[in-house]
Amino acid sequence: MADQPAASRLRGDGGLGGGNTWSIVAKIALLAIVAAVAVWLAVPLYAAEMWVPLVLLIVATVLIFVVYLQPWHIPIKYLVPGTIFLVLFQIVPVIFTVSTAFTNFGDGHRGTKEDAIRAIELTSVQRVPDSPEYVLTIATTGDPATGPLVFLLVDPATKAVQIGDAEGLKPFDGATVSDTGKVTAAPGLTLLNAGQAGARSADLGALTIPTPNGAIKSQGLSRAFEGKPARDYKADCDCITDTATGATWTAKNDTGSFVDASGAALPQGWQTNVGLGNFTRAFTDPAVSGPFLGILVWNFGFAIASVLITFVAGLLVAMALNSPHLRAIRFYRILIILPYAMPSFAMLLVWRDMFNQDFGLINNLTGAHVNWFGEAWTARFAILLTQFWLGYPYMFLVCLGALQSIPADLTEAAAVDGARRFQAFKAVVFPLLLVAVSPLLIASFAFNFNNYNIIGLTTEGGPFPPDNPRAGATDLLVSYVYKLAFAPGGAQYGFAAAVSILIFLIVATVSIIGFRRTAALEEINR
Amino acid sequence: MTGQSWWGRVGWRHLVAILACIFALFPILFVASAAFNPLGTLSSSSIIPTNFSPVNFENLFGKTGFGRWFINSIIVCGLSTFLSLTLATFGAYAFSRFRFSGRRPGLLFLLIIQMFPAFLAIVTIYIMFTVITDLYPVIGFNTPWSLVLLYLGGALGVNTYLIKGFFDTVPKELDESAKVDGASHWLTFYAIILPLVTPVLAVVGVLAFIGAINEFLLASVFLTQTDTKTLAVGLFGLVAGERNANFGMFAAGTLLTAVPTVVLFFAVQKYIVGGLTAGSVKG
Repeated sequence: MADQPAASRLRGDGGLGGGNTWSIVAKIALLAIVAAVAVWLAVPLYAAEMWVPLVLLIVATVLIFVVYLQPWHIPIKYLVPGTIFLVLFQIVPVIFTVSTAFTNFGDGHRGTKEDAIRAIELTSVQRVPDSPEYVLTIATTGDPATGPLVFLLVDPATKAVQIGDAEGLKPFDGATVSDTGKVTAAPGLTLLNAGQAGARSADLGALTIPTPNGAIKSQGLSRAFEGKPARDYKADCDCITDTATGATWTAKNDTGSFVDASGAALPQGWQTNVGLGNFTRAFTDPAVSGPFLGILVWNFGFAIASVLITFVAGLLVAMALNSPHLRAIRFYRILIILPYAMPSFAMLLVWRDMFNQDFGLINNLTGAHVNWFGEAWTARFAILLTQFWLGYPYMFLVCLGALQSIPADLTEAAAVDGARRFQAFKAVVFPLLLVAVSPLLIASFAFNFNNYNIIGLTTEGGPFPPDNPRAGATDLLVSYVYKLAFAPGGAQYGFAAAVSILIFLIVATVSIIGFRRTAALEEINR
Repeated sequence: MTGQSWWGRVGWRHLVAILACIFALFPILFVASAAFNPLGTLSSSSIIPTNFSPVNFENLFGKTGFGRWFINSIIVCGLSTFLSLTLATFGAYAFSRFRFSGRRPGLLFLLIIQMFPAFLAIVTIYIMFTVITDLYPVIGFNTPWSLVLLYLGGALGVNTYLIKGFFDTVPKELDESAKVDGASHWLTFYAIILPLVTPVLAVVGVLAFIGAINEFLLASVFLTQTDTKTLAVGLFGLVAGERNANFGMFAAGTLLTAVPTVVLFFAVQKYIVGGLTAGSVKG
């Protein structure tokens, strides 16, 4: 209430606590903890010279102190703790994701143009006649099987040891070198034997150490050479040329890649702003927009049907059980909500296996031999049945609570005789119930609209039409986007972010309309 | 009412309830019978148990990191439930008991932000936590804290809305009389309102716990070492490759995973019942 801050001001209320000593002590203790956490967070930031986050941290800490020391605005004191986490772990990731929707961020488009040029030049490094050679020992700073690899390079003439990684080359002291030039011991590093090194040949081939004249690459497991890049970037034509073949790739700054005359691009591109390109692509690229509409329709169908069937079934069972004459209600209630207590991720996998054509429980019990996930409509039915099983105990619980909270005189008046019972339910009970549960129905719709788990853990979107292995009959927009975004080797984060925004707009619009209607309902009832 | 037959009064109610129970229980019965099936494969599992053997449970503890996963899950879910309930209750108190500018848009915003398909932000979250892992390994990848912090991002959301609705049913006169007696807003919140809203806290706590124990996508990205995995990540790994052969162990693990939730259900039983009813009668 508006008079509350005024009242606290009158009493000289210092903020979080009241006026007594204990609350002041508690407040000092809490703020001391905040300060301690801030210092703990600040030290590594200072050490890493990350000034912008450090300044933000200081500003945030000061603001927290201000909030809890000021006596005027009380509610903000209760909102700040949750808001900190909301901002850090939800709003910030969402904002960053949204900002990538306007870029081509993804595999092959990660860094700057300079990074791309460097990568192209480094991967094209080739041996030239006067290339210096080194004796190579492969080592790692971590586990031989997974740790980051480094090269220990010994000059065959001087026996000087250098250490090289993707950052460059540095002198290395303290290594023991054998007569052949192999390093046999190096402080702080684990040396890989031939077997371990052989197992990581892919990582070895990818490791290129930049040097002022070119780059060092390994040749086999015990030699390395310093070669020169075969491909060069020239600023005057803004292009890459291959000195050996004479081929040319010109920079296309609007798509962030180097393309040759036929339009083929080099795999290494850079991240660039593509404006609304990702959004227009969702509607114009036939490979994307073709399945998009079909998926959208099924997505709505699935979300609405899930909410409706779970709600109707939950309500009917709740009505049946909501009777003072039914002694066994506690017993039934526990059994009916048991599915809700089961881990849903595991039960989704169980349902997937129950629909298995050959040894699934459903076919065993019914004696049928239906390939449930093989046909579009049986797969959809299976998904809906699974969601029904997972969802109706919750709706039952919610409806039971709401029914029991409706004042008894209303329901008793309604239960006088059978003929008027339904009328009374429709006119009195149902509207009251709807006010109580509609926010939950809307939340349930929003949840099911983006219910990735049920698709990802059961059908994975299938069955798929023969011509498109990415858009299946049970795919929801989220699972479809997930496949687009995280396709191995061809991840398109920018495009996925754009479609996420579209999904968000759809769900938010539907939900806001729903909330408006709920608000209208509430008005009517008052 | 006296004229009604037994069937009309309660008989049909029993019928509906029994049908609902059968539908609810048959997959669980299937899991239970698979868990005790000594062969441990999917193809040999049926709804009626044919043999009883604890071999799947023994294998689960002997051959996998199940015990460790279980403890990890309890730590992650316990912490995130307790902390997010605390944050959500603070938020609900502010939204229910104070009128301030930005209150209505704030409430709406909390609901709308949850509708962004957040797991598609997983790339950003991954990049964020790569930096965090470098700077603060204690709260980085492969620690329970990383997941707890991330889950707390959703503390102000639907839960706040539910609790706020219940707060609204507690008469304002209570606060006002407390204020007249000189109680601070903190004392009013802590000593007067909080005891009255225990039922909704119990309900929301159970919901938050279930949400956390089922969370799979983010956990599978964050926890890659066997000894840091939660139940969801670990159990999924069991059937990801060897789907048929490990089914018995997986079923046994599923049953055991349900235990903490069921215990929680029973612990807060009376609140769930009494709370859902008592709450809105006043409204």
